[in-house]
Amino acid sequence: MKYAETHEWAKKEGNLFVVGVTEFAASELGDVTYVELPEVGDKFEQTETFGTIESVKTVSSLHLPVGGEIVEVNEEIEDNPGLVNEDAEGAGWLCKVKPTNPADYDKLMDKAAYDKSTQE
Amino acid sequence: MTEPLIFELSNDERISYQIPALDVPAIAPEEVIDSAYLRKELNMPVLSERDTVMHFTRLSRLNYSVDSGFYPLGSCTMKYNPKINEDIARLPGFARVHPKQPAATIQGIMEVHKLLSDSLAELTAMDAMTLQPAAGAQGELTGLLVMAAYHKKKGNTHKNKIIIPDSGHGTNPASVSMAGFEVLNVESDEDGCVDMEKLKKVIGPEVAGIMLTNPNTLGLFEKHAKELSETLHSVDALLYYDGANFNAIMGWARPGDMGFDIVHLNVHKTLSTPHGGGGPGAGPVGVKAHLAEFLPVPRIKEENGKLAFSSSDKLSLGSVVASNGNFLVLLKALAYIVQNGGDGLKHSSACAVLNANYMMEKLKAYYHLPYDRLCKHEFVITSENLADYGVKTLDVAKRLLDYGFHAPTVYFPLIVPEAMMIEPTETETRGTLDSFIEAMIKIAEEAKTNPDLLKEAPHNTPVRRLDETTAARKPDINWYKRPE
Repeated sequence: MKYAETHEWAKKEGNLFVVGVTEFAASELGDVTYVELPEVGDKFEQTETFGTIESVKTVSSLHLPVGGEIVEVNEEIEDNPGLVNEDAEGAGWLCKVKPTNPADYDKLMDKAAYDKSTQE
Repeated sequence: MTEPLIFELSNDERISYQIPALDVPAIAPEEVIDSAYLRKELNMPVLSERDTVMHFTRLSRLNYSVDSGFYPLGSCTMKYNPKINEDIARLPGFARVHPKQPAATIQGIMEVHKLLSDSLAELTAMDAMTLQPAAGAQGELTGLLVMAAYHKKKGNTHKNKIIIPDSGHGTNPASVSMAGFEVLNVESDEDGCVDMEKLKKVIGPEVAGIMLTNPNTLGLFEKHAKELSETLHSVDALLYYDGANFNAIMGWARPGDMGFDIVHLNVHKTLSTPHGGGGPGAGPVGVKAHLAEFLPVPRIKEENGKLAFSSSDKLSLGSVVASNGNFLVLLKALAYIVQNGGDGLKHSSACAVLNANYMMEKLKAYYHLPYDRLCKHEFVITSENLADYGVKTLDVAKRLLDYGFHAPTVYFPLIVPEAMMIEPTETETRGTLDSFIEAMIKIAEEAKTNPDLLKEAPHNTPVRRLDETTAARKPDINWYKRPE
């Protein structure tokens, strides 16, 4: 699993990438009340906004850590956005991406670098 | 809360009206209206007039308002609204005019429009004003459409981006999108001002303009205004001044002198008209002379010694509201300007800034102050120093309610974690400021000795702490169709 400075993670799964927001982001946001997810088939470049996440505190943009086509979204999030708070880097995943350029993944931070960036 | 819902008070036997007996032949509604459009039940509560009045009067007593207590809601400028404004707006000559009455018969009203336009132009150093926009947000959109019209006339079709600093107002990105532009975000520097180095990196031919609030949402004066103006104008981009924080600099500094081309003002913040709550508002927009031809029509012009409506500007955006703005609201703004005069307005801004700095100095020993420099009309502190006791800004805000104060704005601006934005305005006495400061100091102590007192607050309000998460995730707002 690797991390973007805009607080999303990506994890390789076969030739796809699973995408979500980090545990740090989920705890900063507080209780998540709504996630606007993209449609399957939508295409985005790396760092492009692919949705929004809304909590009792604020609304934030979601940036795609690996550019490509959305092949699946986590439908459970729609009924239960609290999944993001319960398990941000697991069951609270947001979508799966078929990458245009898998090398996008290499540009992301590893866990140590990301943790360091959030402590500053 | 002890007061039931109006639906719970409903009693079919206590209907509050009597209709005279029918003296024409009865026709069933289905005979004249397609039954697809008819409802069998309306589900309206049935109450006597007496019960209705008592219910709403009791509810109104549970309200908190500027007239009942201190309301330091940062960025919103909840200043007191002098009652004489209301008296003037109720004068029959003003209140009973028809919106479409011919200009020749309402020269006094036209005079009010002109006087207000001229005063606002003088305060902001703009050359032409429109009083049409019905709210600050509509003023923003109008100002940006003026910007778009300017670039269209010049053939600047490549200009599709507008810069917004990360300390900008939340409405700005929405207005930019609605006007058909894209947002370019620029971060703040260590002083809380626009980072000029980062701004210069994103500036280019596709930049149509910038939206700037000065002082910004941290309550800090943007020191680089002049440099910004030169940088933006060098690529033919325009500067938009968001007037949300104009109360801090009225009579002391003018957006036009800082290089801004377009300004909107929120009369409910700076000029003491009531805050909306869904009611009528006004968001006048001013522009420099080279943009005047794009302003909405009709505009008020002088013809043969009389004031008249003119719609002759070919490049105008057209009208942005059905009539010429919310006149009675604008009238209250003019009443405030005339009562204070230039010196009075200048003095009120000075007092707003003095009050904010007084509170900031008194509170900085008890709360974290992220930007420790002279502030303008508002300042941002945080509860970061109380985090070790498990206390968050929301808990401090809720506990303030127990002390009888409205909470400040919390979790805004977004660039400061756990922010509390406090704006006292000029209308509060030293005594009020001191009691608020005292309450804040007590709360900081409670956070250390008895944090649960804060986490479970409020204790003394008509409703205790609400479950905002469930309310947002599973909204239940329909009395008749309650989910199982």
